[in-house]
Amino acid sequence: MFSYYLDLALRSLRRNRVLTALMVLAIALGIGASMTTLTVLHVLSGDPLPGSSDTLFYPQIDPRDMDGYEPGKEPPRQVTWTDGQNLMRAKRGDRQALMTGGAVPVQPAQSGMEPFYGDARYTTADFFPMFKVPFLYGHGWSASDDESKARVVVITRTLNDKLFGGKDSTGQTLRMKDLAFQVIGVLDSWRPNPHFYDVYMGNYAAAEDVFVPLSTSRDAHFDHNGSTDCWGTGGGDQEHAETSPCVWLQFWVQLDSAAKVASYKEFLTHYSQEQKSLGRFERPPNVRLPDLMEWLDINKVVPGDVRLQTWLAFGFLLVCLVNTVGLMLAKFLRRAGELGVRRALGASKREVFSQLLVESGVIGLAGGIGGLVLAFTGLWLVRLQPSNYASLAHLDVKMLLITFLLAIGSTLLAGLLPAWRACQITPALQLKSQ
Amino acid sequence: MEILPILSTLRRHKITAFLVIIEIALTCAIVCNAVFIINQRLDRMNMQSGVDEHNLLHIELADIGVTKDEKARTAEDLAALRQIPGVAQVASLNQVPFGNSSSNAGIKLDPKQNLSTLNATMYSGENIGPGLGLQVIAGRDLQPDDFMDFDVVMRAVHARDTKSIPHVIMITQNMAQRLWPGQQALGKQIYLSDIPLTVVGVVKELVRPSIGDDAAKSYSMILPMREARGVYVIRTASPQDRDRVLAAALAKLKEINPHRVVLKKHTFDDMRHDFFQNDRAMAGLLVGVCVALLVVTALGIVGLGSFWVAQRRRQIGVRRALGATRSNILRYFQTENFLLATIGIAVGMVLAYGINLLLMVHYELPRLPAIYFPVGALLLWVIGQLAVLGPAMRAAAVPPVVATRSV
Repeated sequence: MFSYYLDLALRSLRRNRVLTALMVLAIALGIGASMTTLTVLHVLSGDPLPGSSDTLFYPQIDPRDMDGYEPGKEPPRQVTWTDGQNLMRAKRGDRQALMTGGAVPVQPAQSGMEPFYGDARYTTADFFPMFKVPFLYGHGWSASDDESKARVVVITRTLNDKLFGGKDSTGQTLRMKDLAFQVIGVLDSWRPNPHFYDVYMGNYAAAEDVFVPLSTSRDAHFDHNGSTDCWGTGGGDQEHAETSPCVWLQFWVQLDSAAKVASYKEFLTHYSQEQKSLGRFERPPNVRLPDLMEWLDINKVVPGDVRLQTWLAFGFLLVCLVNTVGLMLAKFLRRAGELGVRRALGASKREVFSQLLVESGVIGLAGGIGGLVLAFTGLWLVRLQPSNYASLAHLDVKMLLITFLLAIGSTLLAGLLPAWRACQITPALQLKSQ
Repeated sequence: MEILPILSTLRRHKITAFLVIIEIALTCAIVCNAVFIINQRLDRMNMQSGVDEHNLLHIELADIGVTKDEKARTAEDLAALRQIPGVAQVASLNQVPFGNSSSNAGIKLDPKQNLSTLNATMYSGENIGPGLGLQVIAGRDLQPDDFMDFDVVMRAVHARDTKSIPHVIMITQNMAQRLWPGQQALGKQIYLSDIPLTVVGVVKELVRPSIGDDAAKSYSMILPMREARGVYVIRTASPQDRDRVLAAALAKLKEINPHRVVLKKHTFDDMRHDFFQNDRAMAGLLVGVCVALLVVTALGIVGLGSFWVAQRRRQIGVRRALGATRSNILRYFQTENFLLATIGIAVGMVLAYGINLLLMVHYELPRLPAIYFPVGALLLWVIGQLAVLGPAMRAAAVPPVVATRSV
């Protein structure tokens, strides 16, 4: 029966080529636009570390003076050097890492290669195991390297390809800012999206080129980039960074159970109280402990424009669907005579209904395929855009499936009303008017 | 006009008429808001910077090793850059308009205030006024004896030594008006943390390096501190000198000290282009969606119109046989479309207003100006009439003899 309906549907669609093309095109445009924007939104609001993001937390404490104090306001989004060091030493989490971003001059040993500035991350030993960073060669550094300000460096695969031709470079020397560093590890391809651990370096930035112990970076006078917020007498200059009342470091902690989360929060409150009684903090304790995904929400990492584009595309899809419903309705009603004959010859309402639904399903299928092609084109156009997230816009299997279901589903839905309306035709009336 | 018969016909095609109305309403609502956003973006892209953009070049250098004598080296760089033919002015500063990285501070009018009055960006560096081509509209530009070295000031701030801290400042006209509405800003004091600074000059405009809130885009101040960060702005005598001067400047700087890397080198025209690239992309996308929406809606009207005409061929024939002229028939379909469009537009206006309210809450957009409503209505009326013209003409062409034939 289905193949017969399909045959009928194709015949009917062929009879009105322009109209059929119009309906298919409208659906394809709507689906294409919504899938393009939905894919971008999906890519941008994804989980950077699936499986471990719910055990990673970003402690916030409030070390500022009473200037501008308002109860209940969010604490600063970074920590001071002193608090960072204190929290590191307390070792209350399963793992913890203190970090900040910067840029370093890299001086290749090869002749003919100009020195260049590379993005750097200054951090502590737990960074690599905590964020499950994959290594191609070697390994990260140890806590004792942090202590001893060891001149060691971990580089990315891209930089290793550029400087060492992709060979295992562990043990080699890399010169940065006129100092010699020993390469101890090379990362495999790693690009968590968003760039969650430091949202001040561009939300969808690629991972840094080099990773150096935080203590070493201070020792070597490496430049700090990113956000620095000061109060009181804080000037924000690099020379006084350790003692200034300024927040400029990110602190992450891994907590493997809910009990640990609760006790860590207690510890933060306790710590704030202690610092207040020591006279370092002035404000009453104000602590927060968002997990990774909550942290991304707080920072609104997904660009507002992308959300707006998604709403816009769905509005467009809605118009396209209303358009299709109208056209299909007109089309089905115009065939009232034919449907009347079929009914008079014994077809039940249900049969006529399913016949018409097959017809709208065919349009949905064609529109879906068209929409998919348009979505691929759309994503290709997005990738040409200058934004730093542009290169991430790719259709995955999940979104591919959703596209198709959306296309067929919405057209069937659009076909329901016209089909139902056409079924209400009284056969006798139609036959009489012939 | 024959509105009553049209209404009774439409009552027989409730669902179809309803769909046309919904389609027009949605299109109207989306297009009104989209065009509004496009205009917002265009305004942003045409933002005044206050600097002599077509003549400016920006160079940023970074040393490879640890540097000593940064100040002497900067002086040497500046002297060499001034020698290049075609260079009118040179400045060494801490940040540049449209450069994205900025240093900002809360400003108070009274040191005892708990919250700061506003947040402004801090430009510092010698020769910023002439170097960027700023227009001083009141008071004076910063003078050589106002200036102090940045590192000296930082140390003084830490040591709470008020003598080695600047005490004069220039601010923009917008910032002055926001701080002291309707008053003369010259001679007034502002406080950076608890450091008092006297306003000695007001510049017409100077945009911030990074713009979060458009209303605060020109809250900028210029502090008399000498900077040695390797950030230079060169002002050329005329725009056609730019490429040559940039190449010559880079060669000269490399020659003076090869142990450094060029981080940035571009004209201000390029900087503006890059700075607004997301706005440009968004505006382009919105234009595309608006055009697509209007085309789909127009084609929908054409499609439905054709169906209605085909369905009513016999009735049209009867009317023609009973004496209706071609123009009567034409007018009938045009009026019908006009009625549907009008209802659609009315619903669309309400929807547009609702969407705008949502956008105001979630995307900090301003209120939709009233002018958008009549313009949007006119646009949709015109599109509706154009779309229905084809089917209506076909209807008008139906000969009266059709009435006598069976379908």
